[in-house]
Formats: sequence, structure tokens, C-alpha cells
Amino acid sequence: MKYVDEYRDRSAAEAVANEIRRLVTRPWTIMEVCGGQTHAIVRFGLDALLPEKLTLVHGPGCPVCVTPVGLIDQAVALASWPQVVFCTFGDMLRVPGSRRSLFDAKAAGGDVRLVYSPLDALALAQSHPDREIVCFAVGFETTAPAFAMAVKEAARLRLSNFSLLVAHVLVPPAMEAILSAPGNRVQGFLAAGHVCTVMGYTEYEPLAARHRIPIVVTGFEPLDILEGVLMLVRQLEGGRAVVENQYVRSVRRQGNEAATALLAEVFEPSPRAWRGIGEIPASGLRLKPAYAAYDAALKFRRELAQTAGRAEEDPECRSGLVLQGLLKPTECPAFGVRCTPEHPLGAPMVSGEGACAAYYRYRKPVMRDASRSIGDRM
Amino acid sequence: MCLAVPGQVVNIGDDALRTGTISFGGMTKHVSLALVPEVRVGDYVIVHVGFAISTVDEDAALRAIELFKAMAARDRRDTVSAATASEETS
Amino acid sequence: MGNDNSLEVSCPLPALEQRTIALAHGGGGRLMQELIRRTFLPAFDNVWLAQLHDGAVFPVDAGKLALTTDSYVVRPLCFPGGDIGSLSVYGTVNDLAMCGAKPLYLSAGFILEEGLPLETLARVVTSMAEAAQAAGVAVVTGDTKVVDHGKGDGIFINTAGVGLVLRGATVTPQRVRPGDVILLSGDLGRHGLAVLSVREGLAFASDIRSDSAPVHGVVEDLFSSGIEVHCLRDLTRGGLASALNEIAMAARVGMTVEDRSIPVSEPVRGACELLGLDPLYVANEGRFVAFVPESEAHKALTVMRRHEVSHQAAIIGRVTESDEPAVVLTTVLATRRFLDLLSGEQLPRIC
Repeated sequence: MKYVDEYRDRSAAEAVANEIRRLVTRPWTIMEVCGGQTHAIVRFGLDALLPEKLTLVHGPGCPVCVTPVGLIDQAVALASWPQVVFCTFGDMLRVPGSRRSLFDAKAAGGDVRLVYSPLDALALAQSHPDREIVCFAVGFETTAPAFAMAVKEAARLRLSNFSLLVAHVLVPPAMEAILSAPGNRVQGFLAAGHVCTVMGYTEYEPLAARHRIPIVVTGFEPLDILEGVLMLVRQLEGGRAVVENQYVRSVRRQGNEAATALLAEVFEPSPRAWRGIGEIPASGLRLKPAYAAYDAALKFRRELAQTAGRAEEDPECRSGLVLQGLLKPTECPAFGVRCTPEHPLGAPMVSGEGACAAYYRYRKPVMRDASRSIGDRM
Repeated sequence: MCLAVPGQVVNIGDDALRTGTISFGGMTKHVSLALVPEVRVGDYVIVHVGFAISTVDEDAALRAIELFKAMAARDRRDTVSAATASEETS
Repeated sequence: MGNDNSLEVSCPLPALEQRTIALAHGGGGRLMQELIRRTFLPAFDNVWLAQLHDGAVFPVDAGKLALTTDSYVVRPLCFPGGDIGSLSVYGTVNDLAMCGAKPLYLSAGFILEEGLPLETLARVVTSMAEAAQAAGVAVVTGDTKVVDHGKGDGIFINTAGVGLVLRGATVTPQRVRPGDVILLSGDLGRHGLAVLSVREGLAFASDIRSDSAPVHGVVEDLFSSGIEVHCLRDLTRGGLASALNEIAMAARVGMTVEDRSIPVSEPVRGACELLGLDPLYVANEGRFVAFVPESEAHKALTVMRRHEVSHQAAIIGRVTESDEPAVVLTTVLATRRFLDLLSGEQLPRIC
């Protein structure tokens, strides 16, 4: 596949890894923000190629993981009403709310549909004028323009049966929160390449300057991630702290102007509670007043108020610490014991990109093997 | 959640969403090209949840790939010469 | 699913009178007899079924029998490369082959939903008959029940199969030994993606057709060539990763497989990348893995490649000693990671 396979070349990967090894003189802790990058690191075993002195921690870059419990509860409530067709990305299906997940709602007879794109939900609204179509708008800045477009189209088509349950989150405020947190160990960031494809990376320059921390905008294929790490290591070893772009084939400094204009037209920043972390100011998006008719939380305000209970988190779940890079999934006492993908205590164990799920799937107790011991990099 | 994949533009529609056909290794899907107004047939785009979010800068991509190849070649040469050197001294 | 009760089948068919299944078609009375005589008998056309008895009686050669059963609930009913009918025949034929048996006779139990167009049933039954003929088996007995509208998804089929175990064949995970070579009969992911490609909400266009096909011919050839086959397993739901993990657990061994040896076609790769699926977990219907001693590996590969259904057969790994049963994948970057069992379902209702 073009622009995929070339970035999975083994000899190039070894070459970049060797160069990193040559440059690293001291321990460094770097965080990759995006769940897609976590997934690639684990899927291709990239951390096995990196020197021991480099510690990779995984950040809160899994929108599924950070969607607040209260919103999941609202989604479950909406999905349980007979007049609603509740549309969601597959990842959200099994994320536990206070009591139930969307999967439980579906099993109990709720009309929950998996969609690949918000446009699929829009099409459902057009073909089912007698039903209320609600789409769970989950995702970072990468995904928000798609939902903005869906809302604009709904307005153009004068659809009255389409709305969004908005759960969008923004990356820079989260990075600021991580860097400002006491006990922060992160010394460099791999920024999310697709978020920056949309937003550009000017927002990260003040972050890098204020915290004196290098940030490299990085893609998702193995060579992208390795090159991103190399660029970070060069800065760290050289005492520099600026924003650089590794993912040049997709990211421009100013981002995608059509997308950012669309976002500014439809959404505005709002406070958002990040599951496990707490409220981060101006870290979410909400629909602007002009588009209030498409906001499911407003449209169904009265009904939701009746069914809403107190949003509860399982007290044993430490996902907040994991999401901030303060705890490795394998260091959590519940990991693999009381918390598994089949019976998750929190979101990072159930999301396809969650750090806990990734560690669970690809790591296990050390296997006795003639040539190499897998699992000793846990 | 940031899952986005490069594909090649086969055709571009003229509806409100500029729905085009994108080929991913032979498998095709309808995708909105509304966010990449500058795109032309034959270009590669990065697709996320049914929308193209950028056009691939192929020159930049090819330069990067060439650089990787050069790194790999240098690395192999260094590995070979290091191995030869250690043989000679042993 | 929800309120989507489309029972339409998008397969080309000559126009028939618009008639549908009623509850009485499963009632044992005149309507059911009519259904059997007009739909099932002509399609399957054999002496056993024609007797219209409660069961079928047939002689067998001395030896061991293999018995298997499977139920089919695929949605939608038709997909590129097959339908629920052909799937239900080839699936059971293949399970018998995986026991080292020559498939002989099948039973077919139908649970039909009230309101199902008769034309849809006829299409599915014709497809079953064609598959049975291609596989050299007969559908000798059956059953029909009808459930209320809304309580089924058009058609559910159960097929059970009987076969005669081939001489010299002892196929079981317990025979798998460290050092055995793992062979894969062909490329991955076609069936799951073919079904997805016609499912609402994930529609994409491709040439991907289901790999649903009988594999007993190549299995018989392996045995008649004198190859010592330790274990066979066909890959269905959960894909290659699940099959390997199941055998590793049953045999209490480790396995190591090479990602770059595993054949996956370009369109399947493209679809998987786009949808975020891993081809190693996607369902197949005409693919199996074989475990043979190292000394037999190349001979087995040659035999497999002689057959159309396994012409892309490849050696993908080997069995290792291990304290804990586990499957290790060597990635294209030559790093290693565990290839675990799937949690939950990657793709619902594809078999």
C-alpha cells in the first residue's frame, strides 16, 4: 500500500533505531499523546528497538478513554429510548458508564448502530424521518470537523431529527495539564500527527517555550514514530526545546484552513471533564448557540435530567494515572486480575487504543524462549 | 481514534459534500473531499471517518523515503565494516 | 438488529410469485409438506430424502466415523462469493475434513422467520444443493421450523455432517509437537470483509469475494500422499490468531509465526487499514492451518499448492516448547509480540 509500506521498512527502522542508540547518553522520558501511536508502538514492537535509557509513556490520547462517565451515562439513556437511533463509533460500545455500557443498552433492545462516519448517521436521519438520530460526537480535533460538516449538512437539508451528543476534547490543554501536574516526568512529546493535520502546530509553540520542552509532530507508521523519537532525542541531547514537524507529508504549520474555519463556525471551546483526570478548562468543544438545535444534550435536556443518576467511577480504577503517564498499566494492582478487556473497570482497558488494553493484548508473563525473552521490557 | 489512512482519489463529485471515490490498495470507498478543496484526481489524501483531512505532499514523502533508504544503506555499511574490523582485530 | 427487518436478498433471481413463509409452513401439516416437496426435495434430489422418513439410513465402510455440527446465522444472507446456504454446506464439509474424514452425508435444519419470501428460501436452497454437489455430499435429512415475524433473521441454518475418517488419519491438537511446522492454506480476511462490504453502515466497493469453499479435496490428498498430519484447524470466526491460540492451549505448546509469511491480498489490507481491523483476526471460510513434522513440511506445501483452493499455501511458523501456551508473532520489523485471543468480537455475525 502506497505511503504505508514504505514506512514499515525493516532496514530503515533498524537504521533509525541504531542512530537513536548512538545519540542517547542519559535517561529520557517521552510521551506519545495519541492512542493511534500507542497502538502502532505495541503492534510493531517499537519499544523493543529503542535503548533502555528511553522510557516511553503513553498519554491521554484516546478520546474513548477520556470521555467523562456522565456523558456515557447520557448516551446509554438516549440509546434506551425507543424513538432514538443512537449512532456511535465501534470503540465506544463497551466503555463502561456508571452502571452500563452502550453494548448493554443494545443487548437490552436499544437501537444502537455502529457507524464509520458521521455522514452514515446523517444518512440514517434522512431515511428514517420518524426516528430521532443521535450521533455520539467523540474524538479530538481530528474528528470534530467531520461532525461540524454533518451538522452543517443537516442544517442545509433542514433535518429536525438529527443531533449530536458532543464529547470532543482538545489536545493542547491536556498537554498543559500534564506538564503542570506535580510529579510530571515527561521531558518531550510526540504530538499527534492527525490532530495537527487539522489544527497545525502553532498552538504548541507557546507550550514548548513555557515549559522548555521539545515537541515533535509525529505520524503513525513505525518509521514515523522512530523518526519522531530521533528528532526528540536530538533536541533533548542538544538542550533544545522547540516544535518540529516529522509528519511533513500530511501536516502543515497552519493546518487545514478549510477544517479550522469550519470548526470555528460550528463549535466553541468549553470546559470538559476528562475521565480519570478531572476538569481541564477550555479543553472540550460544544456546539455554538446557532447550532443549538443539533445539540442532543439541549434537545433532550428534560428527559436526560429525569434519568441522570450520579456519575460514578469504579473506585479501583486508576486510569487517570495511566492517562497522565504516571502509572504503567502493568503497575496497576487490578491489571489482568480484576480488570480485563472482558470485564473492564475503566475505559483504557476496553478501548482499542487504550494503553491498558494494548498492554494486556500484547504483553504476558515472560515466556521461556531460546533466543529472547519477551515481556522483560514491561 | 486518529485512525486515518492514505488513499488515491479516483473521482471527485460535485455534490454539497464533494463526495469522491478513494482507492485504498484496490478497495474503494466514497469519501467527502469538502475539506480539501485543492485536491485533484490522482492525488493521495489522508482519510479519517469518511473525510479527507489533507492531501499527501508526495514530494515530501518521496524525499523522506529516499532519506530512509540512505540511512539504511549507511547503517548496513557501518555494520559490515564494524564486523570486519572486529574480525581483523580478533 | 433493532428495527432493521430487511429480508431482501440482493442476488439476481428470475421473478417468482410473491409468496412468503407462514407459521403453518413449520406446523407439520399440508403447507409444510408442500414446502418440502416443492422446495427441498427437488433441490437436494436423493434417495434418502425422497423417502420422506424421519431420518436417513445408510451403510458405511468399516472404520471410524466423524460427526460435526454448526449453525449459520450470517447477516446479510447473501454476500459476494456466497450465501448462508453455500456457507452452511462448505462449513460442515470443512469441519469433517479437519477431523481427517471424507465428508459423506449432511442434515439440514432450518429455522425460518414468518414473512420470509419463498423466493429467498428457494435461492438459498439451490445454493446449498449446488454446494453439496460440488463437495460430493448429499443432504439426506432435514427439519423445518417457523418462528414469529421479528423472532429470527430470515433464515438460520444448522447442518450436521457425517464422514468416514481417512485411513491413517489421527488429527488432534494433542499430536502437535515442538518442532512441527505450521502451514497456512491461503490468504486471509476475504470472508469477513466480503460480508462487511454488503453490510449497512460500512459499505465499500471492492472485488473481495468470500473464500467460502470446500477444502476436503486437498486434505484427502495430504493423507493419500502419506504425509503425517498432526493437526488441522479451519479458520472461521476469530481468524488465524484464534485458531492458533486454541491449538496452543489444547496442546500446551508455544508457537512462533512470521507476519511477512502470512499472505494477505492488497484489497483486504486496504480495507483492514481503513476500518481499523487486523487481518489476523478476520473471519475466513475456505482456509485452514496444518501442523506437520518439519521433515514433511515441503512435501505438504507442494501437495497443498496443487489445489486451486490452497494454491497460495505458505509456511508461516513453527511450534515451540513453552511453559505457558502462547503464540508469538515476529513483526515485519523483526520485533516480537504476543498474538493473543480476541476480546469480545471484532466483527459480529459473519458466519
